Amino acid sequence: MIKTVKQRGGLLFEGSDWDFPTLQRIHDACEEIALGELGLDVYPNQIEVITSEQMLDAYSSIGMPLFYRHWSFGKHFAHHEAFYRRGMRDLAYEIVINSSPCISYLMEENNATMQALVIAHAAFGHNHFFKNNYLFKLWTDAEGILGYLEFAKGYIARCEERYGETAVERTLDAAHALMSHGVHRYAGKTKVDLRQEEKREQERRAHEEQVFNDLWRTVPAGHKRSRADISLDKRRAALGLPQDNILYFLEKSAPRLQPWQREILRIVRHVAQYFHPQRQTKVMNEGTATYVHYKIMTRLHERGQIGDGHYLEFLKSHTNVVFQPSYDDRRFSDFNPYALGFAMMQDIERIVTNPTDEDREWFPDIAGRNDPVSVLRDIWASYRDESFVGQFLSPHLIRQWRLFQLHDDPDMLDGILVSAIHDERGYRRIRRQLAREYDIGWTDPGIEVVDVDLAGDRRLLLQHKVLNDWPLDESETKLVLQHLADLWSYDVLLQEIDSSEKVVKEHVAHPRSLFADSRFS
Amino acid sequence: MHIIDRRLNPRGKSLENRQRFLRRAKDAVQQAVRRSLQSGNIRDVLNGGQVSIPIGGVAEPSFRRGEGGVRDRVLPGNKDFAEGDIVPRPEGGSGGRPTEAGEGDAEDDFRFVLTREEFLDIFLDDLELPDLAKRRLSETEEVTPTRAGYTVSGSPSNIAVGRTTRLAMMRRIALRRPKPEEIEALRREIEECESEEKRLALEAELKSLTDKSRRIPYIDPLDVRYRRFENTPKPVAKAVMFCLMDVSGSMTEHMKDLAKRFYILLYLFLSRRYEKVEIVFIRHTEKAEEVDEETFFYGPATGGTLVSSALLAMRSIIAARFDPTDWNIYAAQASDGDNSYSDGSLVGQLLQYEILPLCQYFAYIEVGEEGEDSSTSDSPIWNLYEGIRSDILPLAMRKVCRRNQIFPVFHDLFQKQQAHSKTEP
Repeated sequence: MIKTVKQRGGLLFEGSDWDFPTLQRIHDACEEIALGELGLDVYPNQIEVITSEQMLDAYSSIGMPLFYRHWSFGKHFAHHEAFYRRGMRDLAYEIVINSSPCISYLMEENNATMQALVIAHAAFGHNHFFKNNYLFKLWTDAEGILGYLEFAKGYIARCEERYGETAVERTLDAAHALMSHGVHRYAGKTKVDLRQEEKREQERRAHEEQVFNDLWRTVPAGHKRSRADISLDKRRAALGLPQDNILYFLEKSAPRLQPWQREILRIVRHVAQYFHPQRQTKVMNEGTATYVHYKIMTRLHERGQIGDGHYLEFLKSHTNVVFQPSYDDRRFSDFNPYALGFAMMQDIERIVTNPTDEDREWFPDIAGRNDPVSVLRDIWASYRDESFVGQFLSPHLIRQWRLFQLHDDPDMLDGILVSAIHDERGYRRIRRQLAREYDIGWTDPGIEVVDVDLAGDRRLLLQHKVLNDWPLDESETKLVLQHLADLWSYDVLLQEIDSSEKVVKEHVAHPRSLFADSRFS
Repeated sequence: MHIIDRRLNPRGKSLENRQRFLRRAKDAVQQAVRRSLQSGNIRDVLNGGQVSIPIGGVAEPSFRRGEGGVRDRVLPGNKDFAEGDIVPRPEGGSGGRPTEAGEGDAEDDFRFVLTREEFLDIFLDDLELPDLAKRRLSETEEVTPTRAGYTVSGSPSNIAVGRTTRLAMMRRIALRRPKPEEIEALRREIEECESEEKRLALEAELKSLTDKSRRIPYIDPLDVRYRRFENTPKPVAKAVMFCLMDVSGSMTEHMKDLAKRFYILLYLFLSRRYEKVEIVFIRHTEKAEEVDEETFFYGPATGGTLVSSALLAMRSIIAARFDPTDWNIYAAQASDGDNSYSDGSLVGQLLQYEILPLCQYFAYIEVGEEGEDSSTSDSPIWNLYEGIRSDILPLAMRKVCRRNQIFPVFHDLFQKQQAHSKTEP
């Protein structure tokens, strides 16, 4: 702090070159504003300077600094590299990791202004969000993640040595295919503690080794209870059905998996769970970071720590980042989370400081409270995209963005119906629909394991609840189901049922004996 | 706050993943490489290049919703729609949702760049020199060290720790070296001992024990053993490839281009796949000369045609430098098929009775004009060789008229064959 006070009034950097003391000065100046004026609460920062090739590396292992080996990451790397080499796509300016210390990558090619932008954006914006948002607090363990990944990488490498690369690769392929349905959506009793995971795995194995006695194999089996009389409800309860976390179910109940395969499923499941909050908070996370970097950079400029030229350069990048093309633009693909998040947060600031009568009617709690940063801090802490849009998308913003809703029913032969526009009648409908588009419970197909035919052929039964006659993709589903059957090792049936519980479609898969070579019993 | 400079970290962190991906996509990549060879310029292509493979074998499926169903969607930038308007579905789009092109299923082809090494490895993957049978024990430097027991002298890096400690332990047990615990126990006993007399006896015993343990060392130089290695000669197949090219006036630029392309492939194949292959370049007009590769590929020449001159040159080179009992001899000849009439019988004699019996494999490529149909009139040489060809003689013949035929023909000639590989030891 003392050092930066001395710098006050002086420019943090001149020209576009930077060196490590520059980064330190920028960080300290940003920290002063972020903690002092915005009241942010962040993990300690760790800033890593990397090359563009390393950035590509990081891309392909979903942003993590270390990860286990799998061909799919090589595929992503090749893909990104091809695009990058042809100049078709720029690399992201930064990658930031939800860990403690919070690691942000800076690319060496960026100039000093960009580095300042990235530090403000990632090291303070994202960092604050990671540390304070309730989803991240509930589902992720920032202190433990890097250690856990280290364990995962080592464990999978050891499995490859012991059981062969092919067997491990097949298990991972199957687990990856089910990754989107390998998360707990509702909080359980315990908080995750990834650091305990490695210890638990060792304990499990040690226990197995301790109690192993080959004699048990030779003991004749006792009188078996007839399974037919176990009622459906009891059976379901025993297996914890219905279960929407398919990977969890397989890990616990798949009859013929080896212990190491269960551990691999567990690893994939933990990784999926770790990224689960990020999927639900794209708009908020990026909006927060963008809002924070905008505030910090503007303050730095006001305090004379960034020159006018650099500030204009920053504004140009900032404008690019928050650009939202309209629906008929060639560049349009979807809502830009940076743009939507930033616009909503600016709008909230306006409502808090300078509300209209309409705002007072729609947002009585926050209108005119006059302390935008503390209102926003509360919002950042306790909402996810769906609830954030559902609560805070204001009529003002709907008008400004000229949002409208389309209703596309294949039975309507005339065309697509415009069901709501930015008027009195449309505000709530548009807001509800947009919020729903960010609800992954709505956008991801809801698939549950509902029953296992334990008495008969052990067939696994899953159900997909079809919403709005919107079926699963036929060919993809077949592939995923095949993986699922391989893990379960018996037949798998997936029923698609509509709202009236009627089965509209069925998919069946039979197991291939892929893991036969690794089975001993 | 920490700033860490990661730029100097080891590169290629994802190399392993990349190789796994290539292995996984091997078949598709191989086909893509073949395809790109047929169209592209060989020089460019062999510098590595971009290939695109169908997504099939490397798909990463997940549960996703497909087409169909009732959908609602919010979009920005309304211009003139009012509530209740009906917008016609755009033509041709699947399901009429123009805005969803970015959803990710447009990835039916997967493009990426292969390095030169990767490209060549894949390209040459299933080729080999046929019938590489003569594997002589070379008297020269080709040796590999193999383990051959233990020795009492050697370099410290070869010390066999396990064996040494075992011998030391045997010796210690045999000579009854007192164990440290025994001495320790005795010491304790002395400390606790009260009667003077007994103590003296114990002390004497202790002294004898410590003396003994000093006399008998824990590890003696006698115990030390070293791992012994013996050099065993490695069987090496020695091979020589003769490249015979007609550069006479009757060869047009196009034909020369085809022939050179063929030899470039051959050269790449041999130099990458076999460390111990000699290549002899012979070009001929009405007289033959042995040249270096630079001249062979790029030197200009012109003149009449006498094929026998090349065969004679080859024969004399074999006689002078490559003993057929030690060397696997291969030859690839490229020509437009013209030869002076009087030369025909000599060529036939040479080939049938002198050259072919020495060779493991003799490939003949006849190059033709572009657009010429390869099945029309046969040239003098083709007719001559056709007559000589029999099941016993290792002669293969192909015609090439267009650039895109080069690779298939080459691949055909040098493909791995079951029958041949059986003859290998």
